[in-house]
Amino acid sequence: MMKILVVDDEADVRTLFEQRFRREIRSGQFAFSFAYSGEEALDYLHAHASEVVLILSDINMPGMSGLELLRHIREEYPAPPPPQVMMITAYGDQESHDQALRLGANDFLTKPVDFAALKAKLAAMEPHEN
Amino acid sequence: MDVNTSLVIPIGLSLVAVRWLRQLLDLPTRLPRLNRLLDWIWAPGVALLALSVGWDSHLLDEVYQLFIFGVVLYVLLRCQDHRPARTLVLALAPFVAYSLVELLVAAFGKSLLKSYDDVFETSQGFTIIWLVTFVLIARNQKKHLERERLEREKEAEDKRRIEAENSQLERMVAERTATLTQQTQELQHALDELKITQDQLIQSEKMASLGELTAGIAHEIQNPLNFVTNFSDVSAELVQELLEEQQRPDRDPDLEAELLQDLKQNLEKIHHHGQRAASIVRGMLEHSRQSTGERQPTDLNQLADEYLRLAYHGLRAKNKAFNATITTFFDPAVGSIEAVSQDLGRVLLNLFTNAFYAVQKRQEAAGAGFVPTVSVATRRNAQGDIEIRVQDNGTGIPEDVRQKIFQPFFTTKPTGEGTGLGLSLSYDIVTKGHGGTIEVESAAGQGTEFIITLPA
Repeated sequence: MMKILVVDDEADVRTLFEQRFRREIRSGQFAFSFAYSGEEALDYLHAHASEVVLILSDINMPGMSGLELLRHIREEYPAPPPPQVMMITAYGDQESHDQALRLGANDFLTKPVDFAALKAKLAAMEPHEN
Repeated sequence: MDVNTSLVIPIGLSLVAVRWLRQLLDLPTRLPRLNRLLDWIWAPGVALLALSVGWDSHLLDEVYQLFIFGVVLYVLLRCQDHRPARTLVLALAPFVAYSLVELLVAAFGKSLLKSYDDVFETSQGFTIIWLVTFVLIARNQKKHLERERLEREKEAEDKRRIEAENSQLERMVAERTATLTQQTQELQHALDELKITQDQLIQSEKMASLGELTAGIAHEIQNPLNFVTNFSDVSAELVQELLEEQQRPDRDPDLEAELLQDLKQNLEKIHHHGQRAASIVRGMLEHSRQSTGERQPTDLNQLADEYLRLAYHGLRAKNKAFNATITTFFDPAVGSIEAVSQDLGRVLLNLFTNAFYAVQKRQEAAGAGFVPTVSVATRRNAQGDIEIRVQDNGTGIPEDVRQKIFQPFFTTKPTGEGTGLGLSLSYDIVTKGHGGTIEVESAAGQGTEFIITLPA
């Protein structure tokens, strides 16, 4: 089972992910946790550090931004294997993209999230895992 | 040859008298015809002189003298409306009467003349004194009249001059009035143009702030639209799954119920996010619309929340790396107040935009470690007035700048970035439009707080 932490300030993201991945969740392929801010995500990671394999984080959030969260994650969890981090943003601009990659993001997605593409990416990650 | 030379004296006298009368009574203008006749006053005298040759004419001179007196009296009586003339009649009357009596006595009773010699002498002296006295009086009167006439002429002259000056003045006043009227019209025209320009400026400021918001608005609309799209897609999947489930011989009623429950929930979410987008569009339209100035019940907390988000995303659209902590405290007791929501929205938007701008500027200088924070708090104070506080921990406003921030066209932003009208319009909207106050507290390098107070 692959444990995924989704970070977004929009609460409905949870419902959306749970429904989009209903089959995968039901089959036990993925397990999702949700955090509604960068700070909350760090707290969660502190409690469940080794469990989380992938973090999907929005960049634009009040308070700690997704990029800051990414920096914290890369600072605090350098040990191999480091968690995979995918940044999501509504502003698909080059600057954010470059900055995210520079800070160590594994991938960069734009909103609205293309769930078919996301699923493909996740599927591609699984053999990695094993 | 015996010529009565005593006639020569009355002839000369008559010429003198005529000349004197003319002068005194102004005969050429007063009695022109008589005046011409008087040129011949000497004629009877000369005629008598000629006739007297050869016969006794010792009384002729006196007769002729009486004739002259008669003519003079006649002339004077013709001029009796002239006061000196009347006086002269009075002056001459006794003398003429005496002369007449003397002539009659000399002609018909010489003895009488002798016996009453003293009486005649005295009477003659008296009449002469009388004559001289009244002639002098007449002359004085004449002088007096002359003076009066001159005065009247002077008065008339003065009057004419004053009238001329008056008309001159009136003409100048008319000219000046025309100039002033023209100037007033020009000023009025300029004022009208200024008002139009002001309206255009206000409108363009509004559009400029709208332009700044476009990205924020797009983001704010994009989010709910993403949800609408995603929930619709996932609902289609759910329906498909439900249909497949129904085709199975061993249907799972629990799963079907769950799917239906999710579908119901998704439809609610779609509705919710659709409304969210609609409300943002509505807000944008309201913002760009010309304010009607009509007060309507307005939920201030909601208004502040909406514009806070718009301002935040507006700035983020320009500076992707920017992030700020936003704290809100909305007092439910504030509720709904009568306000022009578009106008108040502009004020709030302006304050938020400024706050984000200030924290962004400070962050650029301070770098990592600084947490940009913008907060908005509403409350209903003890007097029942509404207070809106917009606080930031940005660059702050130095004292000398603080005094000018509400002046039109004052801006510290680089050319092209600010109109300098935001706070000035905000000030007008709060004070003139809503009878409230707007105050600022700031410390350079530490932050700024704007406090709007609106009467209950």
